[in-house]
Amino acid sequence: MKNLLEHMGMEPDRLHFSWISSAESTKFVAVVNQITAKVKALGPNQRFVKKAAKVA
Amino acid sequence: MSTYTDKIRETAQRLLKECKVEMVIGFRKGSQPMMNEPCVVRSPEEVDQLIWDSNCGINLANYLTNRKEKIGIVAKGCDSRNIVTHIVENKIAREQLVIIGVPCLGMIDKRKIAAAADGEILSVTEADGQVMVKTAQATQTFAKSDVLQGNCSVCTHRNPVIHDEMIAEPVPEQTDVDPYADVAEIDAMTPEQRHAFFEELLAPCIRCYACRNACPLCYCPTCFVDESKPQWVGKGQDPADVRTFHFLRAYHCAGRCTDCGACQRACPVGINMRLLTKKLNKDCLELYGWEAGLSTETRPALDDYQPNDPENFIH
Repeated sequence: MKNLLEHMGMEPDRLHFSWISSAESTKFVAVVNQITAKVKALGPNQRFVKKAAKVA
Repeated sequence: MSTYTDKIRETAQRLLKECKVEMVIGFRKGSQPMMNEPCVVRSPEEVDQLIWDSNCGINLANYLTNRKEKIGIVAKGCDSRNIVTHIVENKIAREQLVIIGVPCLGMIDKRKIAAAADGEILSVTEADGQVMVKTAQATQTFAKSDVLQGNCSVCTHRNPVIHDEMIAEPVPEQTDVDPYADVAEIDAMTPEQRHAFFEELLAPCIRCYACRNACPLCYCPTCFVDESKPQWVGKGQDPADVRTFHFLRAYHCAGRCTDCGACQRACPVGINMRLLTKKLNKDCLELYGWEAGLSTETRPALDDYQPNDPENFIH
């Protein structure tokens, strides 16, 4: 799925998958920090975004 | 090719006479050149409708879903792989089928012919690897290899993988082709270029769903695009909705697609949506060593867990 999204032009750092047990709180924090840093670096998503419908 | 037709008729007639099958699914001549249509023959007297030439690109496995009868079906390489997929997915039982295998040398791309021909096409005939196109003005000749469908020119499974009858000796498989050259080309682009490429590729889409309807894999009772509670995807031509539809349609075919080209063939605006399914085929081959529809014994890549499955996408 990630591969196909990237094939269609989504940035590699936009989508993340992880497997974290409910007991792995430190891993959870680490992964969230990692992801937010990467996504912030990319800036707001401009692709796969549906603009609000234009009403006359 | 006419020997193929004779042999198909003969086989269909025998199967129907001996009551081995209740119906035979094959092709008959369409009302337009290069537009053969699927046809169901139920009695030995009707078999003369059946034909075979290089315009039989529609995937007949599409007509097997949930059938209860005993069926004889004409199957080229890709059809046979989709029949295998149907059997694996319990959409038809092997015992119900008599598969009439047809070794295939590729199907003609009607768009390539229409683009190359001057004026309205009156008839298209073929002999010895040449395709003769008759228009009101003139008769033009093309090499068949130049006007093949994109998927046929890189096909590596021309012979049926499963069959009960064969109407000719197997043809040599192509070994010097790279089926994924066009996917590799896209992979070499930057994300921005890829996004722009697909934006342009999908722009003409009118959301008619012909690609879905032509596909033997798309047999859900209600397709996700037709559901309204919840509504998974907008129904209009907003680029984000079009992209979402094509993305999900392709993904639903992951590990199942045989690159038969029925989707692209059916598309009224000529979108090459195979670039999406082929990416998944390539991934399945590289990550799981899987090609769809080659055996009824093995489970599909996305249906099977192995401890050594790649998981480098998971943090």
